[in-house]
Amino acid sequence: MIRVQEEDFDTGAEIAALTADNTAIGGVATFTGLVRDMAPVDGSDKPISAMTLEHYPGMTEKKLAEIEAEANRRWPLDASLIIHRYGRLEPGDRIVLVACASAHRQAAFDACQFLMDWLKTDAPFWKLEDTDAGGVWVETRETDAAAAARWNEPADGE
Amino acid sequence: MKILYFAWMRQRIGLATEDIALPDSVATVDELIDWLVARGDGYAQAFVKRDAIRAAVNQDYVPFNHPVSDGDEIAFFPPVTGG
Repeated sequence: MIRVQEEDFDTGAEIAALTADNTAIGGVATFTGLVRDMAPVDGSDKPISAMTLEHYPGMTEKKLAEIEAEANRRWPLDASLIIHRYGRLEPGDRIVLVACASAHRQAAFDACQFLMDWLKTDAPFWKLEDTDAGGVWVETRETDAAAAARWNEPADGE
Repeated sequence: MKILYFAWMRQRIGLATEDIALPDSVATVDELIDWLVARGDGYAQAFVKRDAIRAAVNQDYVPFNHPVSDGDEIAFFPPVTGG
């Protein structure tokens, strides 16, 4: 299941709902992303007072659904959930929740990491951070691309 | 066709979305960018580093040699920073 929303979510309630009525599930791996109070601007960390997340309505839902389907193709998941917020957020606020439930932990852990890595490089969101010097668009990090690339499947025959 | 711009591209162009009639000279994303850049400074600034932006046609990522047609929804944006 995927949800793109402005409002906050209750992590505990979401996990409980995801695993309800399925006693084949042996574990749930989750990742919750939060707004940090510092951000690198021109090479040094600066305090931020808020962040505004812009997204591409329509394509966002499409990409999240594709990424979730890919995780379910690669790992034996009993349930999965991606919630991603947009709009104005303040330090400490929740941005994203990824939860993957499976009979065994390895599939849940791996699928959760895969989803987060792909979200970073493929989901059409953009972060504008409010700093003392004004609004600064967050730039892509090389490490995010590398993290996503490690999930590329080897070509046939390798 | 409908064109959408996001993040700092939207700010530089001063528009989030616009409808244009597909010009005869435009058959690919790259040619569409050439045509847009010729329209004015805001566009030129938004597309100043072409390798730093991404394009989507009908909500799928595409390379710049991808064809475009009149009914398409085309989006231009900086590298994504979600998660």
